[in-house]
Amino acid sequence: MPKDQPDINLSPKVSDEVRKTTCYMCACRCGINVHLKDGKVAYIEGNRDHPVNQGVLCAKGSAGIMQVNAPSRLQNPLKRVGPRGSGEFEEISWDEALQIATDWLEPIRKEAPEKLAFFTGRDQSQSFTSFFAQNFGTPNYAAHGGFCSVNMAAAGIYTMGGAFWEFGQPDWDHTKLFMLFGVAEDHDSNPIKMGIGKIKARGARVVGVNPIRTGYNAVADDWVGITPGTDGLFILSMVHCLMKAGKIDLTYLAQYTNAPCLVNGDEKSPEYGLLLRDENGKELVMDRATGKLTPFNQKGVKPDLAATHRHAGISHKTVMQHMAERYLSDEYAPEAVAERVGISAKRIRTLAAEIARVAFDEAFELDHEWTDFRGKTHKTMQGRPVSFHSMRGISAHANGFQTCRALHVLQIILGTVEVPGGFRFKPPYPKPATVHPKPHCKVTPGAPLDGPHLGFVHGPDDLALKEDGSPARIDKAFTWENPMSAHGLMHMVISNAYAGDPYKIDTLFMYMANMSWNSSMNTRGVIDMLTDTDANGDYVIPRIIYSDAYSSEMVAYADLILPDTTYLERHDCISLLDRPICEADAAADAIRWPVIEPDRNVRGFQSVLCELGAKLKLPGFTNEDGSQKYADYADYIVNHERKPGIGPLAGWRMGENGTQSGRGGVNASQLDNYIENGGFFVEHIPEGANYYKPWNAAYQDWAVGMGLYDSPQPYLFSLYVEPMRKFQLAAEGHGDRQPPDHLRARIKATMDPLPIWYDPAPENLVDDFPITALTQRPMAMYHSWGSQNAWLRQLHGHNPLYLPTKLMTDNNLTDGDWAKVTSPHGEITVPVLEMAALNENTVWTWNAIGKRKGAWALDENAPEATRGFLLNHLIHELLPPKGDGLRWANSDPITGQAAWFDLKVRIEKATPPAESQPAMAPIKSPVGKGPSKLSWKVGK
Amino acid sequence: MTTLPQSTTRKLGLVIDLDTCVGCHACVISCKGWNTENYGAPLSDTDAYGADPSGTFLNRVHSFEVKPPILKDQPAPEAQLIHFPKSCLHCEDAPCVTVCPTGASYKRVEDGIVLVNESDCIGCGLCAWACPYGAREMDAVEKVMKKCTLCVDRIYNENLPEEDREPACVRTCPAGARHFGDFADPDSNVSKLSAERGGMDLMPEQGTKPVNKYLPPRPKDTLSEGAGDIDILAPYLEPVAQEAKGFLGWLDKTLEKL
Repeated sequence: MPKDQPDINLSPKVSDEVRKTTCYMCACRCGINVHLKDGKVAYIEGNRDHPVNQGVLCAKGSAGIMQVNAPSRLQNPLKRVGPRGSGEFEEISWDEALQIATDWLEPIRKEAPEKLAFFTGRDQSQSFTSFFAQNFGTPNYAAHGGFCSVNMAAAGIYTMGGAFWEFGQPDWDHTKLFMLFGVAEDHDSNPIKMGIGKIKARGARVVGVNPIRTGYNAVADDWVGITPGTDGLFILSMVHCLMKAGKIDLTYLAQYTNAPCLVNGDEKSPEYGLLLRDENGKELVMDRATGKLTPFNQKGVKPDLAATHRHAGISHKTVMQHMAERYLSDEYAPEAVAERVGISAKRIRTLAAEIARVAFDEAFELDHEWTDFRGKTHKTMQGRPVSFHSMRGISAHANGFQTCRALHVLQIILGTVEVPGGFRFKPPYPKPATVHPKPHCKVTPGAPLDGPHLGFVHGPDDLALKEDGSPARIDKAFTWENPMSAHGLMHMVISNAYAGDPYKIDTLFMYMANMSWNSSMNTRGVIDMLTDTDANGDYVIPRIIYSDAYSSEMVAYADLILPDTTYLERHDCISLLDRPICEADAAADAIRWPVIEPDRNVRGFQSVLCELGAKLKLPGFTNEDGSQKYADYADYIVNHERKPGIGPLAGWRMGENGTQSGRGGVNASQLDNYIENGGFFVEHIPEGANYYKPWNAAYQDWAVGMGLYDSPQPYLFSLYVEPMRKFQLAAEGHGDRQPPDHLRARIKATMDPLPIWYDPAPENLVDDFPITALTQRPMAMYHSWGSQNAWLRQLHGHNPLYLPTKLMTDNNLTDGDWAKVTSPHGEITVPVLEMAALNENTVWTWNAIGKRKGAWALDENAPEATRGFLLNHLIHELLPPKGDGLRWANSDPITGQAAWFDLKVRIEKATPPAESQPAMAPIKSPVGKGPSKLSWKVGK
Repeated sequence: MTTLPQSTTRKLGLVIDLDTCVGCHACVISCKGWNTENYGAPLSDTDAYGADPSGTFLNRVHSFEVKPPILKDQPAPEAQLIHFPKSCLHCEDAPCVTVCPTGASYKRVEDGIVLVNESDCIGCGLCAWACPYGAREMDAVEKVMKKCTLCVDRIYNENLPEEDREPACVRTCPAGARHFGDFADPDSNVSKLSAERGGMDLMPEQGTKPVNKYLPPRPKDTLSEGAGDIDILAPYLEPVAQEAKGFLGWLDKTLEKL
């Protein structure tokens, strides 16, 4: 060593202790190692053993230390003392806060429980919060799925018993062509990055379909810069090409899907368009071996895809024939769709051909013997190495449900779902739609609701309607306006409550939902609804209770604030009963636990509900002697049983001979077992059971053993979704439950049981507003949360509007100029930047970077407030008026999903204002401002 | 002036795969977290919640848009976005070392890591001027020069499990776009990867002989118009039928053979 080379300590002590828990910096739920020094968080890294992230961690996860130290953290329960929106609060004790909540809620429950609307935003404890709401007795409960990705989830479940992300993943070990459509980068983000890295390392190809070439699309081998909202048309055109070329998996279609099922062809029948069934309700197919109608699940049956059953002068044709009639039509030929989708006919054909080449020429077999539900044993597993993934980009459109359905139909005709190399389900999926609960809405004063709020409808009888036919729920979920709204419609709650349509409520109770800012369409309008008073001077929405950990924009609009903890200070369970974190090869769940104690007067929201539930004497939260049943959320996690032997956590349940997985009794040491294991539990699926799961007898038996369902549930994939046809039949006049006349035509048109594409652009006045405006979430930020984080806000401190080269030139704009962006609903003036790798008729910006002055403990001159902005000001929860005097929601007519990405605008150059417009007045901060300098080492 | 070693026993460094980096900034923040808590002064942030936040980062990701040239008679190729993570490249001929007036900047003989001995650093900033890559940052609070240490306090750290003895940015990278190893060993993972994928020096004309290598993006958009693969694939869509009736005939015939 030269004399001037110093001797340095190469093995410094890393930390005093490592505590392993679950991240909550976004919805991905990775395992983290939290390093502590002197009892304080010093460093956070990924947990190598964890099934979700296998050691890696994104920017948000590594920045968790700055979230736990954020100056925006709420300190005490707060009672509003000034007018709503003033930010004038008084700090109160928890006793007083809980008493206020009890005094408000107790009379409601006694008289009209539906007057409580309880909606829980980006909640990761929905099976618990819904349990609270159900016990309270209100039908008005949901989380944020309705304004996020319900189209993706519901289309997947109705079509094939699961969708992407929490439901399933590509077979990263075998796939050779991975095609992804419009992704939200906080959904399954680390696993997707890991998967892309893994498949690219072995030379597999990635195709990205997205109007914007960033992130995953930037590394995609091929980028398809599609016109927003036309993905369904593009996909159906590829379906056209593949069917016409016979590049479809006939064995798969015949054995595992309803393609060979016969559709009632009797136009006069009330069952016209429904599937023919036997006396046991089993779908019927024509057996090629016998030429007879046979239930689909009979041993040895050879379902005939091409069959026609003639009976009493009526021809009943297979689903496959209906598909051929529709999709072979020239209407779906690449030449017919090219202009609308913004992709040349030649390129559409090439992409379809590449899919065909990989699916069929590169097909392979795994040497795993398995037995199907009909009792037939297969020596090998047929693999087709093409896989797909998608999230919000295609689902947040008014045609999103049918578009997501189209994507699943494409996967299914290729035979790539739940096969080696394709898309694989994660337990507890696959699960047929019929196994899920149906929605419940029967209100009894002083008593719980008659069942779970949310679920899957299978026809008009399952809608959440009152006896007079009016909506039972404040958000009008499960009504004729949006019959299959499986996640509710959180984005309609405030506007419906304000309008008193379908009825007025008393208390709005929300958790983790920034509804007066980035989580609402029409932000300014929502603020006005929250603050408006009636003729008596009373607020139109009388009471608002809100729980949040941070000083978000929503805090100022509540009357009572219940301050939550940060994610490192709390118990949680990532449960199989909720939104699970399983892998295709394993069932898994996890916990959070307080790796540090809060240094403020705050409590975990779920623990607060345990206490509030007991004060309200809710049966699920009270012992027989009237005492509080669950001391806190940890107590609930361990001791609650949904049914005997099934609780929130599947690991280390008590059996006769010690602990066991899946089913079992309560184990008082369960949380300690989780902590010892690194905060999570994994149970692997046996080899031979891990593909073909919906039809694989070994998997079905394993799933029953784990408690995922009570008996084997094999089923056929629904290329043809029969429940949709039932709504069409009602619209055609069949049945007792009839839609209002003004909705008949729309129901008939949109509830097509085979995927269709329709254009939402005309309703959004595309002729006057010809440009689509989108948002994306950056990989390093989660909704509004990142800006309070001193490290992350340096990555994305403001959000220019990105314009394609053509629009920059057409409008004489250069980087740094400002533009006025006008939609049918409003206008904003914002800074612009050029981006060439962008669909030439699309503009976009990062989501939720813009902040209101005074929120998040930021300086009022923070770039988030002066140059940042929201597109939300341009989007209304209702479509522009059509002149018929009716309110038409800016939502998918099937599920009610908020159609964020249907936004159409026009652009013109503007004189630069002092700051982004509209600029709203600052709100008073309940927590003050953050410090100017950060420079510390923990433990020094 | 400070002298560089004649040679180093090992040449530790990174391979950064520009074909795979999705620009997620995971490496940036993981680096910030580890190096705030470990080697030398913490990485400070000024105006942290204010109008002009500015902090010290030893690794940053820049994004560049690339418009490939238009070839004669061909449609314009799609523009591309390249994410480019940048930190100290631990150059063999590191100008930041030779320029240092106090000997605070040095290159380690045993592994080639370029470090700053903070107790000798006077914060003059000459090294940052000398570095052609902009890879050094003066900490605004501590007034010492900060730079990538290649996590010298991780890679040999006996308090860490062996599998964790790699730089924080490599351990955390979700896409697996970062690789750490010894370029002096031709059989190391990084040497082989660099050889296979055409690892490149950053600005070789500067004569700094950087140790870190960048793997270039693979050719893109080969399935678009004008690209090579497009016509080869046409036979895969040879029609079996023109309309529904013909399709049923094909279906029937094909099912018979299954």
